[in-house]
Order: sequence, then structure tokens, then C-alpha cells
Amino acid sequence: MSVLILAEHDGQQLKQATRQAVTAAQSWGLPVHLLLLGADTAAVATQAAQVAGVARVLRVDAPQFEHPLAEDVAAAIVNLARDYKVVLAGHTAFAKNALPRAAALLDVAMLADVIAITAPATYVRPVYAGNVLATVESIDPIQVVTIRATAFAAAETGGGAEVVSLAAPAASAASRWVSETRNVSDRPELATARVVISGGRSLGERFEAVLGPLAQHLHGALGATRAAVDAGFAPNDIQVGQTGTVVAPELYIAAGVSGAAQHLAGMKDSKVIVAINHDPDAAIFQVADFGLVADLFDAIPQLTAALKQ
Amino acid sequence: MKALVAVKRVVDHNVQVHIKPDGSGLETAGVKMSINPFDEIAVEEALRLKERGVVSEIVAVTLGEPVAQDVLRHALAMGADRAVLVEAHGELQPLGVAKLLKAVADREQPGLILLGKQAIDDDAGQAGQMLAALLGAAQGTFASAVTVNGDEVEVVREVDGGTETVALKLPAVLTADLRLNEPRFVKLPNLMMAKKKPIEQLAADSLGVDYAPRLKRQKVGTPPHRAPGVKVNSVAELVQKLREAKVV
Repeated sequence: MSVLILAEHDGQQLKQATRQAVTAAQSWGLPVHLLLLGADTAAVATQAAQVAGVARVLRVDAPQFEHPLAEDVAAAIVNLARDYKVVLAGHTAFAKNALPRAAALLDVAMLADVIAITAPATYVRPVYAGNVLATVESIDPIQVVTIRATAFAAAETGGGAEVVSLAAPAASAASRWVSETRNVSDRPELATARVVISGGRSLGERFEAVLGPLAQHLHGALGATRAAVDAGFAPNDIQVGQTGTVVAPELYIAAGVSGAAQHLAGMKDSKVIVAINHDPDAAIFQVADFGLVADLFDAIPQLTAALKQ
Repeated sequence: MKALVAVKRVVDHNVQVHIKPDGSGLETAGVKMSINPFDEIAVEEALRLKERGVVSEIVAVTLGEPVAQDVLRHALAMGADRAVLVEAHGELQPLGVAKLLKAVADREQPGLILLGKQAIDDDAGQAGQMLAALLGAAQGTFASAVTVNGDEVEVVREVDGGTETVALKLPAVLTADLRLNEPRFVKLPNLMMAKKKPIEQLAADSLGVDYAPRLKRQKVGTPPHRAPGVKVNSVAELVQKLREAKVV
């Protein structure tokens, strides 16, 4: 029996979440296989085969995987999963969409957003917006699991896995891909950035203008509170929190963030937290290593300028 | 076309939960309970589809103890036409929930099934996808816009790095994300009128499915507490601290 990882990639590069899943997969001490779904996975298969800790790369190339839909991804997993002990992936939008569907087809439970694994079947996962940690044991023959990226280091390059090509099941007739919009950015990916600069609603229309230069200088990603996203000042996919992205960077700078429990759930495991807020009683200061009570429209440009010196 | 909307009763999002001293679970006695906020968005979307003439009837369903009826009353007060309570005792987990909802869907034959993308108590985010799988239906998760065109529904989905639009054959299962809509405020007269709308009661054990939990909870605990930090008095002092911490 082995561990099957549902890999995520953009056609060229494996996502960091997949490398983190490879690290988590070592918990079982079983061979680790990486499942690559794509229209043409040749390039990414070469890269995947070099990830340390991977024994085999399974390539499934088919036109429907140009833009993989949950129906087709789940069918591909179900095709293979009965030969595996564990089906694993990072807790990304891609896996959150497809893996529960696969688990139901296999008639097994799924464990989402796991932060610790005690093989063979005991897991710790946050519930209630991370205010509670639940330890649960699965009694199912196949464990379907997504892991929280921030809880596992990324596997390095340095392996030499065999690469095997497999046929895809027939494409689903019930769903089709129409289009996508990508928030183009030359900044690092939010979930894995070393530095994250987050802003609240008070930044208003100046969200990018105020925070952008600081992010640029620190090679950081931008994050936002739900209120800032709801108000249209920041795009949806940079929301940090219980229902957005969970981050744990080396440095998290919260500018004008009040510190609602749902936001804290997404960033309180950051190594160093800086809070800048004009309200000295803001809840964010309770989790901040360094708090500065100041008007962020003055403080952030000053901070950017001071760091450049 | 009929819409089925699944709603869950959860600890209100403003309540700070507390763990029982023996670590066996959470204190729920006397705690304010509400409809899961994402499920409320799903109800609202069904109402808007009805107002646009796409949906003709909205059936709200919940699972659990009889007290879970209060979230059905909330959905009825928002404008759902009728409701179904599947009475089940003990812990329900996503796979069991999906199986019970499938049994209800088989009876109701809806064209659209809407749920929240996750419940704010267990944060599992699985019931919708599992239900779609069991029904053999297409799924549109994390929906931020929904348009029905003939026998298809087009769904804009919130994904990492942007959005994705998919077209799904009906019947389909949708899960609501935060920005799909802003649910309407329930007025008191509507709450009174909702008391006259019918709630059908079904016993979970009569539906012929195995909904027993597959995950055994061993214990619950609190995450490590973050040590309090320091306030700095100026940007210059902040920069000094960050340099000492070697993070800039």
C-alpha cells in the first residue's frame, strides 16, 4: 500500500502545496506516488520526479485536464484510489473542490485542513475558526486528507522517481469549463510568501497605493481582511482568514486590521506579527509581537522609506 | 424548477466557544445558535432565483435534533416555501449528511441544490461536493455568481488566484461563497408568518442510509497561546525591532 498525492501545477511548475503534501506523506513510512493530471504533463513530470521522497509519478494526460473540473479529477482519483492507503493533497481551492467528491465516491470520510498526522489514522485539525484543535481518528480503509500548507515544510528537490503514464477515464458530460480570470501579479503567492502585508477596510481606494510599495520592497504578498474585500478595495483571492487563505509567513504586517477572530484564524501562526493601527484597543495588538499605534497613512510610507535606507 | 437548500444550525459566529474541562467536547448549553452564515447566503440566492422567475419553489432542509427547526424557521421567514427536518440524534459528519440529503433530494427531485461552502463550526467544507458525488450531479463550489440558462447553470467560482466560470447541467449542486450575495434582514412579521408554514418531519433512520460517524473524536484542545508582544513608539523603533528579529 502507498500514499497517493493529488498534485497541483500550472503546466510548468508544481505548486508549493504539493511539495508540502510530499513532506506530510512521509508520516506513514509508505511509498509516495504523485498523481499529475494535465493536458500535457511532460514538463511538470520531469520536475515532479525530482522531488525528494516521491517514488513514482503517475501521468494522466487528457484534454479535459487542460482546465481540471472536480467531476473529472474525482473520477481519476477513484480509478486509482482503491490500491492506496492514503489520498493526500494541500488544502487548496483545487483539492477542496475535488477531494470530497472522490471521498464520497469511495464511501470514506475526508479529513480537511490537517495540521498534524499520527500514522496510521489520527489527525489534528482546527475547527471553530482555529479556536479549537480537534484530534480525530478515522476508521475508514482509505484516508482522504488535505493538509494545511503552513504546518508542513516543502519537500526539496533531489529525488529520482519513476514516471508512469496512465489513461484517463472518460470526461464528464455534466460540466464544462467556460473561462477564468487571473489576478495577475508579479508578487509571490500569498499562501507561501515569506512576508505578507495585510490591510483592512480603512485603506479604502488607497489599498494598493499605500501597501504596494512596502510589499514590493520586502518581496512580500498582499493580504486583506474580509471587510476590505467586501468593500471592493482588494481582490477576493487575497482574503486572509477562516474562510480565505491561511498564512504563516516569517513576517506578517497588519495595517489597519482590527483583529476579528475570523482574521486571526488565518495568520496567528505567523512567526513575527506587526500591527499598525490608530486604535490602541484593537484586538490585533493582542497577537502582535510589535504594535505601533499610529495613522497607517503616515506610518506605512515612513516604514517603507526607513527600510530602504 | 424546485430548489432545495440545506441549512445547518451552528454556534453563532459572534460567540467565543469554550472547551469542556475534560476535553471531551465543547460547552454548548445555553450558547446562542444560528443558521450557518454560508447557508443563509445559499437561501438568499434561492430567493433571488425565485424572484427572477427561475425557481418556482424553495424547500429548506436541515438535519439533527428537533431544536434545529429554528434554522428552518429562519429560512422560512426569509421566504422559503416549506421545510423538511430530518430528525437524527448524535453527531453527524459530512459523508452521513450527504447521504441523508441525497435521500431527501431523491424524494424532492430539485433542479438546483444549494448549500453553504462550509459550516463555521467544523470548517470541513465537504457536504456539497459529497452530495453532488452521490447524486452523480455536477458541482459548482465556492460560487460568487449564479446564472441559469435553459438546462444549464453557469457558476462563477472563487479559486486561488482569481475566478473560474463553469457551466453545469441541471440538476446541479452549488455551494455559496461569501460574496455571492448579502442575505436580507428578517423582519419580525415574517418570522411570525413563518410559524404558519409547514415543516415536514422525517426520521433519519427511516431513510435507509448509513450515516454513522466515520471519524472518532479523541479530544479537543486549544491552540498554543501567543505570548503578548510589545508596543513600540515610533516607526524608527519598529524598524530597529524588525532588524533585531532578522525578518527584514
